[in-house]
Amino acid sequence: MSTKRIYMDHTAGMPVDPRVIEATLPYMNTFFGNPSSLHSFGQEPRKAMEEARAKVAELINAERKESIIFTSGATESNNLAIKGYANRNRTRGTHIITSSIEHMSVLNPVKYLSTHGFKTTFLPVDQYGFVSLENLEKELTDETILVSIMYANGEIGTIQPIKEISQIVHRKKAVLHVDATAAAGQVPIDVQAEGIDMLTISSNDMYGPKGVGALYFKKGVVVEPLIHGGGQELGLRSGTENVPSIVGFGKAAELAKTEMQTESERLTRLRDRFIKGLVGAVPYSFLNGHPTKRLPNNVAVRYSFIEGESMLLSLDMLGIAASSGSACTAKTLEPSHVLRAIGLKHEEAHGSLLFTLGKQNTEEEVDYVVSVMPDIVKRLRSMSPLTPKELKE
Amino acid sequence: MYTEKVMDHFRNPRNMGEIPNADGVGTVGNPVCGDMMTIYIKVKDNRIEDIKFKTFGCGAAVATSSMVTELAKGKTLEEALKITRADVASELGGLPPIKMHCSNLAADGLHAAIEDYYKKQKANEGMKK
Repeated sequence: MSTKRIYMDHTAGMPVDPRVIEATLPYMNTFFGNPSSLHSFGQEPRKAMEEARAKVAELINAERKESIIFTSGATESNNLAIKGYANRNRTRGTHIITSSIEHMSVLNPVKYLSTHGFKTTFLPVDQYGFVSLENLEKELTDETILVSIMYANGEIGTIQPIKEISQIVHRKKAVLHVDATAAAGQVPIDVQAEGIDMLTISSNDMYGPKGVGALYFKKGVVVEPLIHGGGQELGLRSGTENVPSIVGFGKAAELAKTEMQTESERLTRLRDRFIKGLVGAVPYSFLNGHPTKRLPNNVAVRYSFIEGESMLLSLDMLGIAASSGSACTAKTLEPSHVLRAIGLKHEEAHGSLLFTLGKQNTEEEVDYVVSVMPDIVKRLRSMSPLTPKELKE
Repeated sequence: MYTEKVMDHFRNPRNMGEIPNADGVGTVGNPVCGDMMTIYIKVKDNRIEDIKFKTFGCGAAVATSSMVTELAKGKTLEEALKITRADVASELGGLPPIKMHCSNLAADGLHAAIEDYYKKQKANEGMKK
């Protein structure tokens, strides 16, 4: 076993920034009060929570901090945006549009609504994962109340033209929800300039703690709560707030805002070096997604004739952590719906490998992974009955 | 997620390769499903004298292929036909539940190779008559 440990699976989980940890700690003990309490023990955490709200609002240029409500994470935010908006506004229309490459926490609420009286449309995407604007325009009707399109896809990195999408959606008087889980903290987002009505963000995807996220609402956009109780978070999300994590999320958002540009530029350079080193180093190796309109940390590749999980295990044996859109790693045996939606055949999707970079990754690490990949691919190809004769040594 | 034994067979697969003039060849699975394997056997005096495999698939698919070749080598055809998917999995110290169905194809591959051998024998006998 190798002693090297290289983590390149940041989409799955990120380490919490030490400055974030430090910010959260006092809210575990010193300022333990309930932010809904009137006394000073409650007002201290209340103040910290509102500061965090302001920082999250600033990260996405929300018009005011009250536009942000905290949730338990991106899955809850997506559920609240989609089911909450649909349930509150069903008298206005019963058609919902989304794309076929959304995260499960968008796709499944939409599918759920399709069994509860809503008509749903899943827009196809092109080979890079872009939603076709003409298609969107064609599918929008007077019945359409909500369109949910992700800012960027974590599996292939593709960044959607959100501003153009929002213009089309608004022409038809529908509302646009954007799942920015993979994008927030990676690329600048401006909800006002881009015309976003609801936006999902997640703390752990920007080096904050797990178990906390947020949903942004533009003024005038109203949803039905999913969780009823004491009326916290403007009555939209009851339950005593997770103050330490929310404070951490605020710190993570503040750091993301100040450090994003430098870090994104660094990651983009690493990403391009990585892609250049992998694609073409062995025959039948390809990039998934678009070469430039992609998240700075996303390196998604695929190799023909071999399967993703055996690549992951081979990398793990060298201490390298990556991910795969392949069947065998997931809870289902179907290959990733995202890879299928960009037109990959089952067997091509099975050969995909995803590296997502983070703050701690270095050029040396990238070069090391690039140097070990050809041997891994060759070994697995030597074992595969699908490998064509010309590749056999 | 995998036992040490599975990882051992994944790291150092036994009997990996092809037998160019095999007496029986069995292919099971499908690249569409993400798992596919070919088993080659050489038969002498009703015994599996040599056996090799080629596999496209996850760690479990590779390890079960490798394990089934170890279990079958030297056995009579009748004995080899009795090797089940469950035998292969338990020799590996178990497999994750989701892998039991899809990736545990190796016993089927072995049986397919033996069937192919019988079929070829029959065809040969037919030609002799």
